[in-house]
Amino acid sequence: MTATATMALSWFARHELRLTWREWLAMMTGGRRRRKRVTIIGLIVFGAVMHLPAWAVIGRYADLQTPLDKSSLIVITATIFLAWALMLSQAIESVTRVFYARADLDLIMSSPAKLSHIFSVRIASIALSVTAMALLLSAPFVDVLVAGGGVRWFAAFGVVIAVGLSAAAAAIAITIALFRLIGPARTRLTAQILAAIIGAGFVIALQIAAILSYGTLSRFAVLTSDAAAAFAPPGDSLVWWPARAALGDVTALLALLSASLVLLGAVMATFSPRFADTALGASAQAVASRQGSRRKAFRGGSRQQALRRKEFLLLRRDPWLASQTLMQLLYLVPPALFLWRSFSDHSTAIILITPVIVMAAGQLAGGLAWLTISGEDAADLVATAPLPSSSVIRAKIEVVLISIGIVSAPLIIPLAIVAPLQALVTTIGIAIGAASATAIQFWFRVQAKRSQFRRRQTSSRLATFAEAFSSIGWAATAGLVLAIPVGALVCALMTAAIVAGTWKLSPRRA
Amino acid sequence: MKSEQSALQVRALTKRFDRVAVDALDLTIRTGEFYALVGPNGAGKTTTLRMVAGLLKPDAGSVAIFGIDALGDPTAAKQVMAWVSDEPMIYDKLTPLEYLEFVAGLWGIDPATSQASAHDLLVSLGLEAHLHERCEGFSKGMRQKVALAGALVHEPRLIILDEPLTGLDAVSARHVKGLLGDRVRAGCTVIMTTHILEVAERMADRIGVIASGRLVAEGTLAELRQQNGHTNTSLEDLFIALVDVEVAAA
Repeated sequence: MTATATMALSWFARHELRLTWREWLAMMTGGRRRRKRVTIIGLIVFGAVMHLPAWAVIGRYADLQTPLDKSSLIVITATIFLAWALMLSQAIESVTRVFYARADLDLIMSSPAKLSHIFSVRIASIALSVTAMALLLSAPFVDVLVAGGGVRWFAAFGVVIAVGLSAAAAAIAITIALFRLIGPARTRLTAQILAAIIGAGFVIALQIAAILSYGTLSRFAVLTSDAAAAFAPPGDSLVWWPARAALGDVTALLALLSASLVLLGAVMATFSPRFADTALGASAQAVASRQGSRRKAFRGGSRQQALRRKEFLLLRRDPWLASQTLMQLLYLVPPALFLWRSFSDHSTAIILITPVIVMAAGQLAGGLAWLTISGEDAADLVATAPLPSSSVIRAKIEVVLISIGIVSAPLIIPLAIVAPLQALVTTIGIAIGAASATAIQFWFRVQAKRSQFRRRQTSSRLATFAEAFSSIGWAATAGLVLAIPVGALVCALMTAAIVAGTWKLSPRRA
Repeated sequence: MKSEQSALQVRALTKRFDRVAVDALDLTIRTGEFYALVGPNGAGKTTTLRMVAGLLKPDAGSVAIFGIDALGDPTAAKQVMAWVSDEPMIYDKLTPLEYLEFVAGLWGIDPATSQASAHDLLVSLGLEAHLHERCEGFSKGMRQKVALAGALVHEPRLIILDEPLTGLDAVSARHVKGLLGDRVRAGCTVIMTTHILEVAERMADRIGVIASGRLVAEGTLAELRQQNGHTNTSLEDLFIALVDVEVAAA
């Protein structure tokens, strides 16, 4: 490589880092530059506060000493694998975005720079951003371990780096393999669904195993069981190296870091030359996206029906929504299984599924409400249509609530057969939770493109937190109605106060 | 032959942002007229038309569309008009036919009628090969054509277009101009903002020149020439002369 080429590469690396930083900052600040200082202070405060839950969750493990027993090794290894799965999920999403959403691909590919070098930098940039995010998120947990168990726990940061680099490498390999196997047209949706399954899959699989084997939703029941210990490999196996590295074993840590770097290097060497083809394939895909040439008759009905039809059609074709709904449904599999198991032995633990369903419905409703109310791509068209804006909003809210009904029905119907009262409480909880999340999105609506969905949570932090607390609050209320009715009253009042306070602070009211 | 009934009557229309964007504007457009609104950047053309289309609330003034008070009864006014923005906003995940089906549904048009007219419109705009493709891969010109077809599918009596030829190639621009000309001949009224003065000169029955939120001149090309004491100048020369005078006065 010549000096000029090296210089160009280092310039491109700086450019990539700057873009990544600005994209991240825009995501955090909602694109408002004035918020930069407030955001940074907010993040520092959030990071400091996060040390408390980190202490509660992980503090008791700080004293762990080697050699560890099998159960501890299994728990640490599973936690590291879970982190890897989540990072892989995030990295697949990032890689897909680079192919489909980066506006500079034309410029890069028309430049005289060697594309394999340019895309090596881009791959490295993805790996770096995924790893940096993982380091940030893991910092409170590692800090707690260092404070409680000594500096040897700093090695955990090394494990996070290794996990981040290898997850990014795997994500790139998986995404490009998908392009080759199923083509660019299907890769976008498949990759997002895959990311959702990978992110949720490990936890769900553990929960299912726990329910089937021990009748509990706790995944630790499986990890700490005698059966898991019996099946686990011997203590000197390579499988335990990440756990040993996290505990400060320098040899294991260096081996782990070297392996992840080699993996990333191999992916860069193998896939960089194909990155350009893949990107070209992705941009060509949009042109060739046909909906089928069958000519369907235009449908009649009221103006509101036309609006609802359009919203349902767009929701059905939304790749984000497909993956998120799938993830919500996946998260509902363990409680559904739990329902089935609990009913068979008449356990009162069946009550636990109500808050889970209500919570999931509230969260999904918030996303759907943003997409239908704020994410209106043809806002001018709808605003110039001959129907009052209240009718437009009503039709959109109906779409959200009907969608939630459709997603929840497969769980509510069997619940109604085995526990009618609980089904009624769950249905009311879903309705209130979904209505609250929708109302919050309505009060804080801002016109945006559907493609800006990733940034929806940064347009108003208040709305984001209010939506989350409202979903949690109504989920807890629904659960308490069945277990401690007086507690439910208190919880309902608190949640209603949160929703009312949000309305009071909303820009629509002002 | 043009009817004398007003398709659009704007009186003392005013809008202020951090400065006055539209300043007590009076404007009357007759039924069946092709009216071009020209003016420099920031003159208030788009703001005026957005207020007429019901997309922006005026601070003061009135807007009547075919005698309907557009501020008092916006739904009735919107039923008879269509708006096409310079930035075509369509749904990426819908095909052109699905988009037009949605628009026709919003305006409450009989599906059998709208289906036939949607197909004919898209074909006449050169989109026959793309009827069943999602709009996500369309160029700006193609998106503009889909948006225009959407505006025409419900047979509006008043069409408001903000820079409709931006991003169109020469052939497409000719298609659009032909389509708009046909509509005017059929009795429809068209108001269009444009930076392409040659288009205004060739197509418009009357031209309004707007600067600093006020209508500084209005009439046919001949009338504009007469008003300014020139007999053989182009619209471009007239426009520059009018706008320069206005800028100097401001």
